[in-house]
Amino acid sequence: MSMSSLAIQTNEINLEYVEQVKKRQRMKNLLKGVLFLLPSIILFSAFVFYPMIRTIYLSFFLTNTSGVTTVFVGLENYINLFKSPIFLKNIQSTFLFVLYTVPATVIISLFLAIIASEKLKGIGFFRTIFSSTMGISVAAASVFWMFLFNPTMGLLNQLLKSIGVEPIGWLTDPNWALLSVSVTTIWMNIGFTFLVLLGGLQSINSYLYESADIEGAGYFYKLRRITIPMLSPTLFFAITVSIINAFQTFGQIDILTQGGPQNETNLIVYSIYREAFVNYQFGSASAQAVVLFIMILFLTAIQFKLGERKVHYQ
Amino acid sequence: MTMSFRKKIIFYVLLSVSALILFAPTIMAVVMSLMTSQDILTGSAPSRLILDNFIQTFEHFPLLQFLLNSFIVSIVITIGQILLSSLAAYAFVFLEFKGREFLFYLFIATMMVPFEASVIPNFHTIRDIGWIDTYQGLTIPFFATAFGAFLLRQNFKQIPKELREASQIAGMGHFKFYLTVVMPVAKSSLVTLGIYGFLTSWNMYLWPLLSTTNDSVRTVQIGLKQLQSQEQLNQWGVMMAGAVIVIIPTLILLFLGQKKLQKGLTEGALK
Amino acid sequence: MSQVELIELSKSYEKQKDILKAINLFIKEGEFFVLVGPSGSGKSTLLRMIAGLEEISGGILKINNELVNHLPPKDRNLSMVFQNYALYPHLTVEQNILFGLKAKKVGKQEQQRRLKEAAEMVGLTELLKRKPRELSGGQRQRVALARSIVSHAPLCLMDEPLSNLDAKLRSNMRVQIRRLQKRLGFTTIYVTHDQVEAMTMGDRIMVLNDGKIQQVGRPITLYNEPANLFVASFIGSPKMNIGKAHFLAKHKRLTVENELSITVDPSIARGLPLDRPLTIGIRAEHLLPGTTENTTHYLEVVNVEQLGNETSIAFDVGTELWTAKWPGQWPIQVGQKVPVHLSSEHLLFFDSETGSLIQSASQAKKQEVLVI
Repeated sequence: MSMSSLAIQTNEINLEYVEQVKKRQRMKNLLKGVLFLLPSIILFSAFVFYPMIRTIYLSFFLTNTSGVTTVFVGLENYINLFKSPIFLKNIQSTFLFVLYTVPATVIISLFLAIIASEKLKGIGFFRTIFSSTMGISVAAASVFWMFLFNPTMGLLNQLLKSIGVEPIGWLTDPNWALLSVSVTTIWMNIGFTFLVLLGGLQSINSYLYESADIEGAGYFYKLRRITIPMLSPTLFFAITVSIINAFQTFGQIDILTQGGPQNETNLIVYSIYREAFVNYQFGSASAQAVVLFIMILFLTAIQFKLGERKVHYQ
Repeated sequence: MTMSFRKKIIFYVLLSVSALILFAPTIMAVVMSLMTSQDILTGSAPSRLILDNFIQTFEHFPLLQFLLNSFIVSIVITIGQILLSSLAAYAFVFLEFKGREFLFYLFIATMMVPFEASVIPNFHTIRDIGWIDTYQGLTIPFFATAFGAFLLRQNFKQIPKELREASQIAGMGHFKFYLTVVMPVAKSSLVTLGIYGFLTSWNMYLWPLLSTTNDSVRTVQIGLKQLQSQEQLNQWGVMMAGAVIVIIPTLILLFLGQKKLQKGLTEGALK
Repeated sequence: MSQVELIELSKSYEKQKDILKAINLFIKEGEFFVLVGPSGSGKSTLLRMIAGLEEISGGILKINNELVNHLPPKDRNLSMVFQNYALYPHLTVEQNILFGLKAKKVGKQEQQRRLKEAAEMVGLTELLKRKPRELSGGQRQRVALARSIVSHAPLCLMDEPLSNLDAKLRSNMRVQIRRLQKRLGFTTIYVTHDQVEAMTMGDRIMVLNDGKIQQVGRPITLYNEPANLFVASFIGSPKMNIGKAHFLAKHKRLTVENELSITVDPSIARGLPLDRPLTIGIRAEHLLPGTTENTTHYLEVVNVEQLGNETSIAFDVGTELWTAKWPGQWPIQVGQKVPVHLSSEHLLFFDSETGSLIQSASQAKKQEVLVI
């Protein structure tokens, strides 16, 4: 009797000690976790979270040329922006640009991905070519297209000339400039979008096609009933990324048009850049950046919301 | 299933025509870079192919310096991303601690902040700590990426947890396990992330434009813009030669790593 | 060699209470102890708690009389073999085997000595430079074993180590593991869902279901005297034939599934409660072929399996499907009515409500004595 009660007592003391050790271990685990994540957290804080807050802060101020805040102006920067016909025009151009580039990029890439997902001899070569524009930088691509758009020597106008059509000022005519920049952008983005969609196509289970074959389904029937529905999460991702990329377009504008002619191609990021680093209006530029941020936040939120639903049915 | 001959022909025609159209600007650039100014100006077919344009780009511009800068910047960013992403991914997969969920959502949140929208304070930060025209100013802001962490997390999750448990029984700590087991086992996904990181860093435009003011650390992309804005109209051959040099490293990398990249992009994005 | 003691050990998760409840167990030094149960019974969780891979929610775990609840796995001085072998894909067989020794900084010479010894023991000497993906399933299994052997740990935990092997290899490895364990003498705790493995390998077996101990004992005890209906139907292949029964004390007769009427021997009848619903069980090998003298019933055959050395015959008895196992080859057709000998001395009696054993078969015990 007394032996066992003694044993229980010592056990209780020991268990208290065990609890302490457990607690210490949990602390240690937390420390380890934070340690592994610390480098990323520090950099995210310094270059993502702090700048975000700072941008919002700056948008309520006027600044001097080196970015030091001078006068608190409340919402005035925003009010001025939305009164400014140029900024409204920039927003309009940005949305038009998205409309010109995103559907075309995704549809062309989807077409390329579908024909490149067939198991044919030498298909690897075609896949490489189709993805090649991902390896071409915005600066290089802009140089290529600058020549293609060249009013006299450019291939496009030469082509028009040969069929007897008046040459077009691709980058100088306000009616054409945004479209020209869009074509360049579509070409540049095909490589990435193609790779994403091809990856999506190849992860579709081949049994689905085999069972459809046994049931005698035709090529387009399979495309409509298997490929497109199964690809929808990837397609959705590709569309969202394309939209976000379109909102962030900068390089090709800087090289091809500098926002001109008549602000036709002054897309929002270029507009921010001009306002901040040419006009040194950091407050107003920050307000524009906040507008951009909200637009992208909205899109990403939709992506996650809908993306989540997609995951469920898989 | 084997395809009918007719169907094969249709596909090959579609593939060839698409490839030709898509690759035409690149082919044009390569051909022009080898043409004389005479031929380019008159718009005729190349009468002879020359290397003068390439020689000129290197003579007129510190292109070699730009290339070197780009290589240094891209490689440093790539290594930094692999290191930070793999550490973060390891924590998300193999470590259990309070607040892990929260930190995970914090990582997701960073994807919603476009770099372009926060470029103003970032520029001020780099300027204020004197990192303008330095390699660290060009590279360190890009070390941490949520995309990289997610891509690797996806991959690390496929490592059987028994490997960790066996190492626990053998008395191996987390850091050693990360270094001697996880990294070698996940080598292939590290390469994928590396290719992606190198491609995007090499092609960076806005940040190097802002954070460099002289040729000492300027990257090749900004160099190309300079070349383009300073060259005479009749120097298209030289410009194309510059552009071709700029795209060669990334094209080679893409050709070698296309398969890995394609697999990695879908994994990181969708699961 | 280690002894392991579990006192009121329990496991709960936040979302799921009582994965394991109040497990009390003592595993002796050098014992080959098997934890067996259906999937979800908590057997793997229990093993992982002993290993230190799962936190202990309540109770006490002692290894060699020392409280180890709080110790990390490496300080518990044990080795573990995993179901998927947990081999490092980027390391060679040799590096895999030496993995733990390197982590523990054992001397180079000692490492090589142990490597040689272990590789010989499991027959891997020729394969040391290969990578795991170049090995067959059985070879991988042996690498995992070798890793355990070189550790010289006095306690080895095995989590379903044979379940990824095909049937032939499995029975071969059963013998190998058993011999190895006897030769080296380490205490082994072996988890499996396969009752054949449990029966053939264990010095003692613990049957676990729903996080509760059903029975602990020697294999033959579990077979002959299952503590309850769960153990009765879990241990043994084919599973024990079960049937609802009424006992009429006046006539000393038992009605099974309202179909079979069996005369009960007075010595057996004495132990049976009068007013409880009963369930009886009978092993397939005790449902004997009837001879002209002793046939008690005629049963209609619904299926016949000719195994060569024996014949397995299935009958419908009420709502139950009963199986008989007769040695030799019997030319029986489906639909035939065959004579059987069903004797009360082979019957096990269970309480229908609690499921626990009231009385085991008197005949089986006698046989056991004969065997010893």
